[in-house]
Amino acid sequence: MSQPTVPPVESGPPAASTPGSNDASVAEPRWHGVMREIVGGSAMISVLAVVLAMLAGGILIALTDDKVTAAAGYFFARPGDLIKAVWDSVSGAYTSLFQGAVYNFRRPGFIAGIKPLTETLTFATPLIAAGLGVGLAFRVGLFNIGGRGQMLIAAACAGWVSWSFELPYGLHLILAVVAGIIGGAVWGGIVGLLKARTGAHEVIVTIMLNFVALYLISFMLKTPGLLQAPGSNNPKTPAALPTAVFPDLLGPQFNLHWGFIFVIAATVYVWYLLNRSNLGFQFRAVGENPNAARVAGISVNKMYIYAMLLSGGLVGLAGVAQVLGTVTTGFSSGIDAGIGFDAITVALLGRSKPWGIFFAGILFGAFKAGGFAMQASEGIPIDIVVVIQSLIVLFIAAPPLVRAVFHLPKPSGVRLRRPRTQTAAVTK
Amino acid sequence: MKLELRGITKRFGALTANDHIDLTIEPGEIHCLLGENGAGKSTLMNVLYGLYKAEEGDILLDDVVQHFAGPGDAMAAGIGMVHQHFMLIPVFTVAENVMLGHEQTNAAGVLDLGAAREKVREISERFGFHVDPDALVDDLPVGVQQRVEIIKALSRDAKVLVFDEPTAVLTPQETDELMVIMRQLKAAGTSIVFITHKLREVREVADRITVIRLGKVVGEASPTATNAELASLMVGRAVELTVHKDPATPGADAFVVSNLSVVDPHGQLVVNDVSFDVRAGEILAIAGVQGNGQTELTEAIMGLQQRVRGEITLDGKSIRGLSVKQVLAAGIGFVPEDRKEDGLVGEFTIAENLMLDRSDGPPFVKAGTLQLNYLKEFAEQKSKEFDVRSQGITTPVGRLSGGNQQKVVLARELSRELRLFMAAQPTRGIDVGSIEFVHKRIVATRDSGIPVIVVSTELDEVVALADRIAVMYRGTIVGIVPGDTPRDVLGLMMAGEVPDSVTSPPEGAAA
Repeated sequence: MSQPTVPPVESGPPAASTPGSNDASVAEPRWHGVMREIVGGSAMISVLAVVLAMLAGGILIALTDDKVTAAAGYFFARPGDLIKAVWDSVSGAYTSLFQGAVYNFRRPGFIAGIKPLTETLTFATPLIAAGLGVGLAFRVGLFNIGGRGQMLIAAACAGWVSWSFELPYGLHLILAVVAGIIGGAVWGGIVGLLKARTGAHEVIVTIMLNFVALYLISFMLKTPGLLQAPGSNNPKTPAALPTAVFPDLLGPQFNLHWGFIFVIAATVYVWYLLNRSNLGFQFRAVGENPNAARVAGISVNKMYIYAMLLSGGLVGLAGVAQVLGTVTTGFSSGIDAGIGFDAITVALLGRSKPWGIFFAGILFGAFKAGGFAMQASEGIPIDIVVVIQSLIVLFIAAPPLVRAVFHLPKPSGVRLRRPRTQTAAVTK
Repeated sequence: MKLELRGITKRFGALTANDHIDLTIEPGEIHCLLGENGAGKSTLMNVLYGLYKAEEGDILLDDVVQHFAGPGDAMAAGIGMVHQHFMLIPVFTVAENVMLGHEQTNAAGVLDLGAAREKVREISERFGFHVDPDALVDDLPVGVQQRVEIIKALSRDAKVLVFDEPTAVLTPQETDELMVIMRQLKAAGTSIVFITHKLREVREVADRITVIRLGKVVGEASPTATNAELASLMVGRAVELTVHKDPATPGADAFVVSNLSVVDPHGQLVVNDVSFDVRAGEILAIAGVQGNGQTELTEAIMGLQQRVRGEITLDGKSIRGLSVKQVLAAGIGFVPEDRKEDGLVGEFTIAENLMLDRSDGPPFVKAGTLQLNYLKEFAEQKSKEFDVRSQGITTPVGRLSGGNQQKVVLARELSRELRLFMAAQPTRGIDVGSIEFVHKRIVATRDSGIPVIVVSTELDEVVALADRIAVMYRGTIVGIVPGDTPRDVLGLMMAGEVPDSVTSPPEGAAA
């Protein structure tokens, strides 16, 4: 080690690294800033992101439409044809999306007409539950992308209770729901525990636990005596007993089940938790500034564990809604249906606020319900809906882009944390 | 080179950070830019350096209008900047840092370190810097790191050097050396812009002084002006620079630290066998240059450090090894040195921040539920009492000025029942008016019979507040001296020397 040859001052004090670098305890301030920007964006950004994504989706629909392509071939001869073809194609697609998701005017009577809306709510039920779980974790500064694993474990737990016991109506359902939530909570809690005890990053742990859950469940589905339906060779579970199934909410002509009421209750609970309870206060403090929370005597590690328990439990409710509400005739390892990942989008779109997530979940439920109708009536691939969903995330993740498109002013409000470097100051 | 700024205006939304600022720096002069934190000094310099684009106004070098798109252009035009927080890469050598961004390679594409070394040596010799080009920056003392920054700027032929609060991280002795260097640079024809809010330094080295307040030039002063004149220009009203306090009436030993050592996460001994005591009703100031273990010492007391040896007792009871929550419950009020990182949650409202460290039970929480009505009442009352200026208690603290933020922290910590009050850098980065207020509250806390520890790197603050002063250097306490110890003695102690005049203090607590 070379010593400086400066007479008046000896070599530096042991702790005298560059000033301002003494916050080694939490080593992800930049990451935090990015996440806060994404999660904390305004409601306006969410709405505009949806509008932009629908516009971009419209362009894609037009581009992939055969009639539009044909009309474009003689654009200079009859430009009106192209415009008409584009209009027909895009408006037709979105009209069928609306009819598939909200109200179908073509069907006779109100009951038949409103059925799409109840379908939307049915699709929305697990999305909202899982979105609440992911959003809650966001508020504590955690990125829970283990929704798939948590849902699978929850589904297995709830499912197992639903066909293994013969219990009276009501009690059986409650027991199955609780078992599922606990399953999800444990699967999420492991992540919190690992992060708190060892500092393992939750993103990596959740991804890995997704695989663990998937193959664990796959194995159990193939093993008689575990999850596999007796007398079957398919990797599929037995059907849930009727005593454990969510009752229909609006009668047998609709698929909407009581799971939706549970999800409303969960939304109210998360709202209370985050905005009125001291646990939520501590959650939010840790999420916004873990350093200050620690200095204020809040145990950051405990909060991580609690948050992942609750987050896993809420995602677990989504798994429960799947096996006790949507697919009650026995399920396979695809029961999560990608909801664990869609939930991230829902949480982002809802800006991690409980009611925001609730409505974002309904919107995504509408996309799902309407997507099928769009495919059936207009022949537009359902993939376009996935593209729109992905574009929504993209636009939400890039608020400056949305602001630039709509000429919105930058959020006023002085940033609390001063930029650490000069370059950071410029990029704002 | 003559540098001229004409009518520079820079706005951030509704805030005008620079309002038609005119500034002329003649060749070979040291021009001081004096102003409070937030007055717009750094913004102005960032405009000059091409980091910000000004809405109006021109930058002229030797009467030629310049258009800087970024720091690269500014550097090429001969403007160098020595930042307050050094822009050095610690694991690189001095030579590597100096050539960073201007790497020269030989024909084979290999870095030409020899040339960089030679350049460092040449500049270093010219100004008597004594910097070894092959030393790792990480191993260098802060004062030498700063010289590396200066060499970096000079190696790019800077004709105008901007020093942004250069003395904040230096010992008084290192500050004196920097002053010598600045005079040498000036003699060699370099123009210097010296940004500071420390009055003594200004008067020592400046040829001309421009005072900025609230984004406007409010006047020029000559270096012969008195401190009081400069301060009143800076603040816009007469300020009391001294703190009025009656002699302390210390009671019994209330807080005792004995043989405390702290090992940081990197395995280094950052606090080494420190012992001191604080009596009820006295202020013990812990002085020292930033990074000599004060931070870790306060963290150890708060239960924020993992590897702590020794004993800490409050009113006879050991508090070592307790969790932060338990330490707070034992009656310690703590103002952390970095309020934005450690003291406040920026997105939380004033009210929420006021209950931050009492979120576990009454009066703010009952049956797990926040008592929002009580909180509102409490916050209204404390905002008034501590003169927190805001649009209301639901304003996020991140929107407040530094002074008002610090008042929120003080209000929170002083509204509990305390048995020890510990404030680290209580006035760092806040305006003079708030400094007055904070100092008054600290003295009032002492007078109410509570033992007080003030950790500060500002000698002025230490001298103004302390009844006794403990000086830390490289993790140890060099000595504990009375509050009226002369500054030069304190300065020597901050550099690790114990002058003969300092006899072993009666407490015998020096390590």
